[in-house]
Amino acid sequence: MTERTRSDCDVAVIGGGLVGSAIAWGLAQQGQTVAVLDEGDVAVRPSRGNFALVWVQGKGLGLPEYAGWTKMSSDTWTGFAERLQEQTGIDVCYRRPGGFLPLLSEEEMERRAGQLRRLHNQPNVVRYDYEMMDRAAVAKEMPFIGKDVVGASYCPLDGHCNSLKLLRALHSGMSLSGVSYRPHHRVERIEPRDGGFRMVTASGDEVRSGKVVIAAGHDARRLAPMVGLDAPVRPERGHVIVTEKTAPFLNFPVGFIRQTDEGGVMIGDSFEDAGLDTTVRNGVTSTIADRALRIFPLLGKLNVVRTWAALRVLTPDGFPIYEQSTTMPGAFVATCHSGVTLAANHALALAPHIAAGTLPDEFSAFSARRFHVPAVA
Amino acid sequence: MFQRLPDAGGERVSFTIDGRPAEALSGDSVAAALLANGVGACRTTPVSGAPRGPYCMMGVCFDCLVTIDGTGNQQGCQIRVRPGMRVETQNGKREIER
Repeated sequence: MTERTRSDCDVAVIGGGLVGSAIAWGLAQQGQTVAVLDEGDVAVRPSRGNFALVWVQGKGLGLPEYAGWTKMSSDTWTGFAERLQEQTGIDVCYRRPGGFLPLLSEEEMERRAGQLRRLHNQPNVVRYDYEMMDRAAVAKEMPFIGKDVVGASYCPLDGHCNSLKLLRALHSGMSLSGVSYRPHHRVERIEPRDGGFRMVTASGDEVRSGKVVIAAGHDARRLAPMVGLDAPVRPERGHVIVTEKTAPFLNFPVGFIRQTDEGGVMIGDSFEDAGLDTTVRNGVTSTIADRALRIFPLLGKLNVVRTWAALRVLTPDGFPIYEQSTTMPGAFVATCHSGVTLAANHALALAPHIAAGTLPDEFSAFSARRFHVPAVA
Repeated sequence: MFQRLPDAGGERVSFTIDGRPAEALSGDSVAAALLANGVGACRTTPVSGAPRGPYCMMGVCFDCLVTIDGTGNQQGCQIRVRPGMRVETQNGKREIER
């Protein structure tokens, strides 16, 4: 117990968005004492602007381990949501009806089929069902598709939730599990101290912990090198449109269109490099609205009530980074752009390893070392 | 609850509220016409089902949403009542087809 007398907590998690909260909640379920150091609501917070898919299909081309990691999270999501509801009373409205990705030309169909074939032909890739559906098969489930829809890829594992309620449930669960959530704690420095870590915040507060987990989204880029880690992430802007609440008509998440549990239809389908700028650009929203109307013409009757832009946290290859520092053991980094899909894994699979202090070998595929391969001359 | 001002003028306009014949004065907004006909709650909310009625009367609060001539979620205070208009109170979410 001597260490505890020097430390405020077993683990300090830097970042209180979906990734940090899921890990902190998971650590607390392991009996760890945890402090979450968060910038607060001023943070660039993708967790408040995301699209809320729990999505499996198409993920992992180029890194088969990511396909397996994603499927595992999807498979444990139901139990995860139930545990959160039991503990907090908050229903995060997870549904797994299967998801469609509609395609608007033969060329798009071929490209998608080829992608999925290559993904599922990778050596040692996890096996699960998916299907390329023609127009008639899609129309059977959704008779109101537009005339431009040629077909769709479908995967029965895909689902969605209410991601705002997920963030709230995690924070409520953290509080009920004794996690100390500390907003206005922007971390300026992390240094090893007495076998653990010492964090200094922008306002001069000092926090000491046995271990530290950097789950700070865009800020991981700045923080990771302080403990001998690397998180070369960049922001990618995505726009989202949401319509007025409407009686349920869309039973499936459909790529970048989904109807929320409360009835609004979300449309989000844009990818831009725009730095940390979250300004909404009308040209972008009209382009994504146009594609959505080609897929579901009946959306044209709905009023739009809000548009916003949020920033995905992307690594150079789009896959997550999970790693423990070799030079400063006890320091971990966790970053990904699928904080909703992977929340179950972060809470139930990753957190126990961090609590135990070792990431098993299967995590080596997610090390940032993959970005350090010298260029071929 | 609401009474017209003594000097309120205008021609009588016939329309329907949930199929029942009703009367307004030309120039009335749908929201004003509903209130003048004693309809205080014109919809229920989509999430909790609580009753709502016209409140701000200037297009800001969106509490006077009704179905007008078959189209849902219309702001009653921003649309003038017209002869023969079919106004329906709205239960919860609008339907996408109407």
